[in-house]
Amino acid sequence: MVVTTNSKRPVLVIIQLTGGNDFMNTIVPYANGVYHDARPTVGISEDDVLPINDTLGFYAKAAPLKEIYDRGKVAIVQGVGYPNSNRSHFRGMDIVHTCEPESVGTEGWVARAVRELDPQNKNVLTCVNIGRGLPRAMAAPGVTVTSVGDLDNYGLMTGMTAQAQRQQALDLFKQTYTPTSGTGAVMDYLAQTGMNVLEGADRLEAAPAGYSSGVKYADDPIAWNLRDIARVHLAGLGTRIFYTSHGGYDYHANEVPTHARLISELSTAIKDFYQDLEEHGAHDNVAILVFTEFGRRIRDNGSGTDHGSGGGSFIIGDGVNGGLYADYPSLDPNEWLDGEDLAHTIDFRGVYATLLEQWMGLDAVPIVGGSYEQIQPFH
Amino acid sequence: MPDPQLSLMAHLMRRAGFGATHADLEAYADTGYEAVLEDLLHPERFPEIEQDLVDRYHGTLDEDLGGNLHELPAGVWIHRMVHTRRPLEEKIALFWHHVFATGSAKSEHRPSMNRQIDMFRRVGLSDLRTILMELSRDPAMLYWLDNNENHKDQPNENYGRELLELFSMGVGNYTEQDIKMAARAFTGWTFKQPIPLYTQGSHPAEFVFLEDDHDGGVKTFLGEMGPFNGEDIVDIIVKQPATARFICRHLYNFFVSDEPQVPSWNQVPPQDPAAIDVLVEAFVESGGEIRATLRALFNSQFFKGSRLKRVKSPVELVVGILKLVGISDLPAADVARYANATTFMAQTLYDPPSVEGWHTGQEWIDGGTLTERVNFAVNEVGDAGKPGIKAIVERFANNGASVSADDFVDECLDLAGSLSVSDETRGAFVRDAESDGELRFGNDAQRDESTGRIVRMLEAIVACREYQFA
Repeated sequence: MVVTTNSKRPVLVIIQLTGGNDFMNTIVPYANGVYHDARPTVGISEDDVLPINDTLGFYAKAAPLKEIYDRGKVAIVQGVGYPNSNRSHFRGMDIVHTCEPESVGTEGWVARAVRELDPQNKNVLTCVNIGRGLPRAMAAPGVTVTSVGDLDNYGLMTGMTAQAQRQQALDLFKQTYTPTSGTGAVMDYLAQTGMNVLEGADRLEAAPAGYSSGVKYADDPIAWNLRDIARVHLAGLGTRIFYTSHGGYDYHANEVPTHARLISELSTAIKDFYQDLEEHGAHDNVAILVFTEFGRRIRDNGSGTDHGSGGGSFIIGDGVNGGLYADYPSLDPNEWLDGEDLAHTIDFRGVYATLLEQWMGLDAVPIVGGSYEQIQPFH
Repeated sequence: MPDPQLSLMAHLMRRAGFGATHADLEAYADTGYEAVLEDLLHPERFPEIEQDLVDRYHGTLDEDLGGNLHELPAGVWIHRMVHTRRPLEEKIALFWHHVFATGSAKSEHRPSMNRQIDMFRRVGLSDLRTILMELSRDPAMLYWLDNNENHKDQPNENYGRELLELFSMGVGNYTEQDIKMAARAFTGWTFKQPIPLYTQGSHPAEFVFLEDDHDGGVKTFLGEMGPFNGEDIVDIIVKQPATARFICRHLYNFFVSDEPQVPSWNQVPPQDPAAIDVLVEAFVESGGEIRATLRALFNSQFFKGSRLKRVKSPVELVVGILKLVGISDLPAADVARYANATTFMAQTLYDPPSVEGWHTGQEWIDGGTLTERVNFAVNEVGDAGKPGIKAIVERFANNGASVSADDFVDECLDLAGSLSVSDETRGAFVRDAESDGELRFGNDAQRDESTGRIVRMLEAIVACREYQFA
């Protein structure tokens, strides 16, 4: 359940692996002959696996994540997916963002959660995306979220180097975004959005200034983004949900070197982030969700793997009971979905619901659009 | 006060194209509104963009499967939008890309996507029957909506459904049974892919009709009965009153004034039903011709009075800015940068989020996208070395030795595209200009200082609320 002893409110950090991470090559069924036969090109050899039991192990490039796992703070959610995924490969990300596999959804699940957390839009920083472009999960009419491309350079007119000039430009911007009567709802909305951006930027300015840490993050995008999340979280600005994306997982071709690099960057960044929060005593109210839109095909295509199903998620945090959750999808060819895919064992909406209800203390049903089986990964 | 002829011309060019420089606007104003409109409606009167020049920079756009699928073709399309002498040809292609939204994220097949957009250029202003027939034979569309899996023994309804729901009639004007019948009529409409996608690179796909896989049985569709094939379905669709109304509302939404999002159209009536009536009449009288319908649209009072009634799409914003500042007429290696700019503003050309297309109007704007829009525009305009900005500075310098704050603001608004803003916005600009006194061009030092002030005013203009609107 939610840790409230120190009156800190629970915080959720969501890391999206864009493109469809290869779960089988992340948590590897290393002892299974079918796995090795199906993947002559991209298969991970037993030498490159860090076993967690007799059948499964972390891909060696995920060693930093395995370290946190060994401390009992990583829940591996196996076989995450949704029904009829084969038909909807191309809509995968859309579906996991809106929780609507059957129709085209318009509201993101994260945005719906933000609406519950801050119905009056009192804090423009209740939900912060680190990255350029707002994921659909965070978009819904009337919900304010702040999207930060680069924390050190966030805000308007950031291309202007002369401070006095920039201040003058911002003042003028503010005047032209001051609501005026009789110009219509859309003009008013523009005005409100402009003001929110100014306010968010003002408050975020404090974050880099007040931050110091013994952790030296690596120099790659996911490390930069998680460091930005740490800096905003440590500034105590009331952010309840952070979101960031790690791109490049759609490896139809050239999977071996790409996957190695991405998993290494991701695991290292998560470990550094976690350590950073621990160093500041700011880790106990944080849960991290690592998710992706789908898994990949069981057989490789001679260079990479095509879109598949039966992916996996990770839930990481001090409040987590580490271990394996749900079941690893069956590798028995008789049980392959459509003769080529892993059959999922838990609905992705059950994973969201687990975090929303058991961690954030929200009613998940209206947010994910129904009741789905949850797991019990928290103390 | 801005010259009303010029600002009307600017309005036309923003909507029927992507904006125009002040010098172009003056030339158009001399030609006259109706003559300019006819030129826009007849792209064939002007030479095409030199595609071989583009190819020399980028190879043929069908190649290069690796890396980012969308950004290079999208960047080259943006380049075309900036430099074309046929602005409405590109704008109507963008319109159909919004309506017949096909995403390359599924196919990952550049040749088919490029051919689809070319097809929109080629037939986009013709009649709806031609357009829907081309669409129904378009490999990118057939794959996008799974019609290659629509078999005689096992129909797949995806294309049949969206053809009715999103591409022609709109929800509420047909039954589920009609969808099933349309799907059966389009069985066997597929394409052949000469060489597999991986790993040999990608090659054009071609439409094929597989007689053996076609269900030639009798079907009842929208009250008519016969052994219908896909062509018959299109014929029946285009004569439905609901189709005329639906397509005209799309045209109104894209060219005149933001309507609510498409899925609500069967519940929410148009904001200006009389305007839709005017368009429907032109559409029906011309046998469903888009050119004739647009002629009626652009000549109407409801169009001429629709300034600031649409939020610019990211593509419109970016291309408009690039036309203002002037970019090289060679498709420079960094065209992809402009495609990325629109992506950061939530519109990736060649990759709409779903078959429903982009949500438009107010939904283009959130804190992140507004930041991207403002910063992109300000950064581009802030470069005094850009040809378009240089030309504006020149114009000031040639006009006289000194300029009052009021005139300075009005001239900047005019030169930035004959823009109109609210009194409050203009007042803020004038107060800002007054605080720095008159503009002077008497000597080099004055000229440098004045250049800086012109650039800062242009930055403020492209950042302001009204600039987010077309």
